[in-house]
Order: sequence, then structure tokens, then C-alpha cells
Amino acid sequence: MARIIVVTSGKGGVGKTTTSAAISMGLALKGYRTAVIDFDVGLRNLDLIMGCERRVVYDFVNVINGEAALNQALIKDKRCDKLFILPASQTRDKDSLTSEGVGKVLGDLSKDFDYIVCDSPAGIERGAMLAMYYADDAIVVTNPEVSSVRDSDRMLGILASKSRRAERGEEPIKEYLLLTRYSPHRVKLGEMLSVEDVQDILSLHLLGVIPESKAVLNASNSGVPVILDEKSDAGQAFSDVVRRYLGEDVTHRFIELEKKSLFGRLFGG
Amino acid sequence: MADYSGASMGLLDYFRNTRPSTAAIAKERLQILVAHERSERNKPDYLPMLQQELLEVIRKYVDVDQDAISVTMEQDDKREILELNIILPDESQRKKPTKRGGD
Repeated sequence: MARIIVVTSGKGGVGKTTTSAAISMGLALKGYRTAVIDFDVGLRNLDLIMGCERRVVYDFVNVINGEAALNQALIKDKRCDKLFILPASQTRDKDSLTSEGVGKVLGDLSKDFDYIVCDSPAGIERGAMLAMYYADDAIVVTNPEVSSVRDSDRMLGILASKSRRAERGEEPIKEYLLLTRYSPHRVKLGEMLSVEDVQDILSLHLLGVIPESKAVLNASNSGVPVILDEKSDAGQAFSDVVRRYLGEDVTHRFIELEKKSLFGRLFGG
Repeated sequence: MADYSGASMGLLDYFRNTRPSTAAIAKERLQILVAHERSERNKPDYLPMLQQELLEVIRKYVDVDQDAISVTMEQDDKREILELNIILPDESQRKKPTKRGGD
């Protein structure tokens, strides 16, 4: 049985796809058979972030409609053989996702995989609702910014009331906060909500903080999940996140301004 | 030159100390908004009906406005509180005397 993780946020542009790509790669690198699914039907992008856009033949909707078998649509990652990508359809309507269809695909994947990562589209329409419906765990991606925090809270309400677990009265979805695009410098200046501020408002278990980083754009430019950029701050932060998700006790990094070395203090200004 | 820059730093510090940071403003706005939106979404569906029926009962005795009644549900860890608020009109505006008792 696979564990189903939804990466969600409500608001767009906060880093859901970047996070889905990084976390699914991280889990696969740890040796877990992992599938990552793009639920953004009509606006697929996970393929591009994963760097497999030219290898898409069949997609999620083809599988739901019985036009392709699951193993025909799954794209095996070239860097890690434990990772498979199921792309969204680019041409279909978002209404082509049906609850039964999604449930069947997730059920079939569950037999072969340890983790299934569902990359949710923005908003709270059908794609987003189905991405979270079957989830066991939710990673709520939030920017330290008012509209993102508000939308995350709205999403928490939906996770608690509209998921399969909620409908069946089962143990609720485990919710984790991932704070992205964080700038310790701006927090120190009083220009940005701090980790503590966001946690005070959302009262969520903090899975990690991803600093605002040039590495993220560089990674998406080249179609490489940023977690593979092991030298970068964002890459290391995502590695920590995966280890924490798997139950390791890893101290949070990239939250405080890095102390300048004596040399930096003398000459860096 | 050095004197001027020193003065402007002092001025900057003055403003920093007196004005709340934008992050503090953001936090306060969010705390109010999120608390409100959570209470809205935790409302049971029967609240509007309850409010309407209560209004009808109260109107038998007192002439109150449609919006003179508010019914709210609040939750904390231990309990749920159903709060009923009725704003009665001034003595002079009470048109319906109670019909109870001998007259």
C-alpha cells in the first residue's frame, strides 16, 4: 500500500510543483518507489520541471479513459530508477478527471509504489479537490505573505471536511506546513512574516523552510528538481524536508540570517 | 557630511521604533481574518434557520428589526458556545405591548 501525499496551497505560484518535483525525487533517492502525478489538467507543468516534457506520450486522462495502460503513461525518471512521473493532459478539460477514475488510478499505483505524490493545481476546483481527496498526508506550501497564508488556512478547512478520510470518519489527513520563498533578511527588517508568525496563525506542524533562492529558477530552467542541486541552500533545505517527513529529527536551517564571518564583517559591509 | 548622516540615522531609528513593521501589521490582519473565516466555516448549517425562527418568536412579544438578532457559534478546545444576541429597541419604540396577563 502506498502512502498518498498531496502537495497543495490554494494560491498559485507558491511552489507546489517545485516542491512536488523535489520531494518525489528525494523519496526516490532514499530508495522508495515513488510516483508523482500532475493534477493540473489543461496546464501541465510538472513534466517541464522534471525535465521529461519530450517523453510524454500518454497522460493521466488517457489512463482514466482507458486509452492507455498505466505503465504506458508512466515516465521513468532518467536520473533515478525508483521515480515515475504521470503527466497531466494538456488538451483536455479539467472536468475529464472523475473521482472514480482518479481513485482507480491511485488504487492501481498503490500496488506497486511506496509513495504517490499528488501535485495539486491552484484554486479549489475539481483538479485541486481530487488531488487532495484520497490523500493520507498533506504538505501545505505557503509563502510568508498574507494572501498565501489565508488561502492555506482555507485549504486546511477543505482537507478537514472534504477528503475521503473526513467523509468516512477516519483518522484525519496529516497536515504539514512547508514555508517557501523565505527571506531571513527581510524577516529581520520586519518586512516579512516570520516562521513563528505563520505557525501562530496556521498552527501546523512545520516540515521545513525553503529559503528564497536563485537555485530554484536555475533548476526549473534546466528541468532538474532543485533537490539534486546539493550545493544550493534550497536543495539542502528540501533534502532536510524529505528526511523530516521520513521521521528523522533534523534541525531547521535557513531560518536565521547567516552570521557573517569576521572577514565578511570587516570587508563585506 | 558625517553629521548629517548621523542625524538621518537617528531619524530613521525614531520611525522604526514608533511605527509597527509591515510584518506585524500583516500578522494582526491575518489573525483577525483567519479567526473570522474559521468561525464561519465551522458554523452548523442550521444556524440561519434557528436565527429566523428565534426572530419570529421574539417578534410575538417585542417589535425588533430583522437584523436585531445575531446567532453565533464559537468553539474552543473544550466546548462549543452558542451565543444569541438580541438588541431590544428603545422603550419609546416598543410598539407591541405584551398581551400576556390581564389587561
